[in-house]
Formats: sequence, structure tokens, C-alpha cells
Amino acid sequence: MNAPLVWDTQRRSRAARLERARRVTPGKQVEAGNIGALLQAVIESGDRVCLEGNNQKQADFLARALTALDPAAVHDLHMVQSVLALPEHLDVFENGIASRLDFSFSGPQGARLAQLVSGGRIAIGAIHTYLELFARYFVDLTPNVALICAQAADREGNLYTGANTEDTPAIVEATAFKSGIVIAQVNEIVDVLPRVDVPAGWVDFVVQSPKPHFIEPLFTRDPAQISEIQVLMAMMAIKGIYADYGVQRLNHGIGFDTAAIELLLPTYGESLGLRGKICQHWALNPHPALIPAIEAGWVKSVHSFGSELGMEAYIRARPDVFFTGADGSMRSNRAMCQAAGHYACDLFIGSTLQIDLAANSSTATLGRIAGFGGAPNMGADARGRRHASPAWLKAGQQARAGLQGARGTPRGQKLVVQMVETFREHMQPAFVETLDAWTLAEQARMPLPPIMIYGDDVTHILTEEGIANLLLCRSDEEREQAVRGVAGYTAVGLGRDRAMVENLRDRGVIQRPEDLGVDPRLATRNLLAARSMRDLVDASGGLYAPPGRFRNW
Amino acid sequence: MNMSAELESLTFEFPGTQVVAGFAPVLVGVVGSGNLEVLLEAGAGASCRFDVQTSARGFGTIWAAVCRDFHLRHPLAGVRVSIHDMGATPAVVSLRLAQAAAEIAA
Repeated sequence: MNAPLVWDTQRRSRAARLERARRVTPGKQVEAGNIGALLQAVIESGDRVCLEGNNQKQADFLARALTALDPAAVHDLHMVQSVLALPEHLDVFENGIASRLDFSFSGPQGARLAQLVSGGRIAIGAIHTYLELFARYFVDLTPNVALICAQAADREGNLYTGANTEDTPAIVEATAFKSGIVIAQVNEIVDVLPRVDVPAGWVDFVVQSPKPHFIEPLFTRDPAQISEIQVLMAMMAIKGIYADYGVQRLNHGIGFDTAAIELLLPTYGESLGLRGKICQHWALNPHPALIPAIEAGWVKSVHSFGSELGMEAYIRARPDVFFTGADGSMRSNRAMCQAAGHYACDLFIGSTLQIDLAANSSTATLGRIAGFGGAPNMGADARGRRHASPAWLKAGQQARAGLQGARGTPRGQKLVVQMVETFREHMQPAFVETLDAWTLAEQARMPLPPIMIYGDDVTHILTEEGIANLLLCRSDEEREQAVRGVAGYTAVGLGRDRAMVENLRDRGVIQRPEDLGVDPRLATRNLLAARSMRDLVDASGGLYAPPGRFRNW
Repeated sequence: MNMSAELESLTFEFPGTQVVAGFAPVLVGVVGSGNLEVLLEAGAGASCRFDVQTSARGFGTIWAAVCRDFHLRHPLAGVRVSIHDMGATPAVVSLRLAQAAAEIAA
């Protein structure tokens, strides 16, 4: 006879943790000065802990409290969080409190993360896309404790996240419904919230942070810094890809290249008669650079991963375009927007640092473990997609023409465009024979090289030299020459087979600006719908309020 | 500061087939950091001659390829191209040349 099975160990553990917490605080509200004692009471060594680190907003007060715990009492935590943005996110490893990490993106902490990994201080489980990490919260990486961030709480513990909801719903859902503990830092505690984003029943403790949480305006690009080459490439994107496929639903990666496209819609796009024919629905953070297109009537809807500092009043005044609550303020949601970008968009376009001869693309560079955030979800064909659209069908037809059997069965394909100038700053070539990712994989003992977008998902490469349509390539050799054929004067470009590239051009696999009817004389900054931050403010009717660092007036 | 001592001078000449009827000199771009000035003038003979002065030394091979590719697209005859460069990328150089060629074609 076996011992009777126990089915509620997690619930009992939760009860024991809450019992210990009662010695620190009798209710849900915790004094800021007691936060360390609370964390020590509810966190056990070996726990999986989600310390909410987003792309933009950060649970910085809770992060500092976690780093200050005594590693003799709390150690070997397994951190499961999407972004490592703050020094504290790595201090917990250096201080001996945490030892294992599963994450998505480390951006500014990438170099230090690589050092800690090579020094044996951090064991990385895996580097995920955002959606992939959120998915694992519901399978095998469910947090025992979630330390989250919201704008405000009421006396019961309901939370208002404000415009930057970001990861919070996914984290709380996974933790609260698997007997975990949810602790929220808030900027203020009020009697009545504008709206409830997280219900009090899912929240165990609330602490008012002494200072408002840190938030970064990541998606603001000053139009004054957009170059003529970026204008030229944006013209090619609009005429050679967006118009050619009739792209109505899309996601733009972050950067000046895509900001240029956004700023050319109401000028160049309008001159081509494309309003209403392209770019009506977006999965996109509220890019200030999109304001002129919105104001010119191009955009029907924008759903966002997070918000953007300074855009609050503008968004509030454009509820037909943005997703907003009954209170009027924006509601973003990274998990939902990643799903939207993956399944409901026909095109992703973004920049990268390196592209190889198979069109594999990566931003990984030596000495840094940075991850890719959402780009691999946006920049991948959605194999589970079943609904049709003209752009998706055309791409699928081009990829499958002449094929038989399973590979020839009709289906669509997502357009995935990598947009790069052939040389980056300091004459660093964007095209390489071998990605740094391979060396990095050896250095950090990764099972696979960290490739951001796989070559077989990339459908187009766009450079100042032209567009390579990889959907039309029928062999690895053709694909390689198509890549070389737009690689300009990099070593990869100079190594092209000129006859084969001309043949690809005759077949329309490679298109030069002149083949597209793009007039180089129009490629000036005068074509931008806004040429400065001040122009963006004016286009918004004064509703957009850029952060101070972007204001020079 | 005397910059001229640091400039590199390069010359390329290609036989042209596309004779351009007498045209007023065309100037595009400006001499500024990361930018360049391209001047197209009627020249002697049936060739297209490129005179490049650049502040970025050691990129002669790329200049040769950029000028050759431009001439393949626009095999101008009897034209002199003068370039004053302040470290423009090949992308900017090609754009300026294309803009200048579009001007004389217009």
C-alpha cells in the first residue's frame, strides 16, 4: 500500500509563507521600510522568482530590496523575467541570492551578463522570445513569487497599471493561479482607481515605492537624425514591398529605418495614392513618428506592447486608433500584442546588425549576451496561421510556385523584411560570411548560435542598393547571390557573381531603385512628414509631450 | 589646421558611350562630415573621368568599384566628375552620383 498522495503542497506552502508574512504586516499594505522583511518571509531558497523587468517600466524598488537580502537566508533563486534592464537584475546573482536565469532580453546589461556567465555566477536555462517565456510561465517556469510594478493601488489591493501594462497580466495570471505570491510596488495608493487592470484577489501585498518606478522612452526617434539613405530605403520599402503586396497589417521594429517609413507615408505614400491601400492596422508601440500618418488618416488601429512616455494625452484623444480603457488611458499588453504581431500581421520589418550568406540575421555580438525580445516572434512565419489576406497569399504563392507535394501545398507566408544599410557606423559591414553568433555560442556554451531571424523566415532584404526577394530564389546558390547582390561594397557584396546577379535582376529577384521607379532626387529629408521633434509635437496639435531629453526648444 | 595634407586623391577614367549634349554644370551634396559634394561638368574627349579627393584614406578599392558601377549604369561620355568627400559611406556616394545623373538627364 502506497502512502496517501498529497495534492496541495503548493497551497500549503503558500499558506505557510503568508503565515510568516503576518509577522511583518497584518494586512495587504506593506510599509516601504518593511519590504526586506516581507521578501525574506515569503521567498524560499530555490524559488522561481519573477522580478518584473519590462522593456520600459521597471519594478526597481522591489529589485533593490531583493538585492539587499541576506544570501545566507535566501539563495539559489531561479529568476524568470523577460528583460534584464537594471544593474540590480544582475546584482542578485553577484550577491549570491540567485543562481539560475531564464529570460528574453538583456539589452544594456548584455556585456555584464556575458562576464557573469563566463565566471560561472549565472547558469542560463535559455534565452527566449517574449511570448515563449510567457508561455513557459504556464508550463514549467511558473513563478513561486512575482514582484511586479503598477501605477497605483486602492485600499483593497486592486491595481491600475497605467498605460504601460506590458508584462504584468501574464506574470500575475501564472503566479496567482498556481498558489504563488504576488507583491506589487505602486507609485501611489488611492481611494478610487481610474480602472482595475489586476483584481485585488490576485494580489497578496502592495507596497508604495518611495519614488515612482523607472520608465524608459525606448521608442522615440528624433526625426532630425534620419538620413537621406534611410529616406531612400523607406521609399523602396513603401513602393517595392508595401504597395507591391498590399500590406495592410504590420509591425515595425524599433529604429530610424522604420521611423523613416512611418514619416514617409503621408508624403511619398500619399503621392503614390496608397492611403487606404496599405498600413491601416498595426501591432506597434505608440511611436511618436507615426503621429503624422495617423493625423493624415492612414491608420485605423494600433495595438501596443507597452506605451511610450509623452504619448499619453495624444493616445487619450485618439481612442478610435489606440486601445484605451473606459477611463480613457491606454491599455497595453505585451503577451497579447506579441500574439497579434505573430498571427494577425502580414509583415514585419526591422533592422539588424549582421546578415550572413543564407540570410540568417542576428544582433548578437561578441562579448555580449543580449537576447532578442520579441523580434523572433514578429520576424517568423506563423505556421499555425489559417486566415488568408492578399499579402500573405501572394508571398506564399511566390515561395511555392513550381513545388510539389507537401512543400507545394497552397498556403500563405508572412513577409519578413530585414532593412539595413550595407555599412553601419565606423564602416562596419552589415553583411558577413559568418555571424558573430557562432563564436558567441562557443564562448557561452550555448546549444545553438543566437540567431534573431532565421534565413528561411526572411523574405526580403532591403538595402540602399535595392531589394532582394528571397521568396523567388530556388536554390541556396541563388539565395546567396541575391544576398550578395544587395550587399553593396562590403566584402560580401564585392564577392558577387556579377552575371548571376544581373540574371536575378532580370527575373525581378533583385530590384534596384531605378527598377522600382524610385527617383533618387526625392531622397532628401524634405520628404519626411516631420523633420524634428517640434514638428511631431505640432503634428499632434500639441498633445504629444516629449520627455525633456528630446526637447531642444 | 591644414586638412589638405591628409586628403587622398584618386583618379579613374572609363570610356563612355552616352554622349551628353552640352549641359550646365551640376552640383549636388555638400562638403560636410559623412557627406560629399559631386560636380558634373562637360569634359574633353569621349571618356568619363572621376577625380576624387577624400578625407578617408585607404578605401581606393571601394572608390574604384563605386565609380565603375556608376559608369556601368550611366556610361557617360565627355563628362568630368569631381568629388570632394568627407568620409561619406559608399551608400551616400552612390546616392549623390545617382542624383547628379538624374539632374543632367532631366
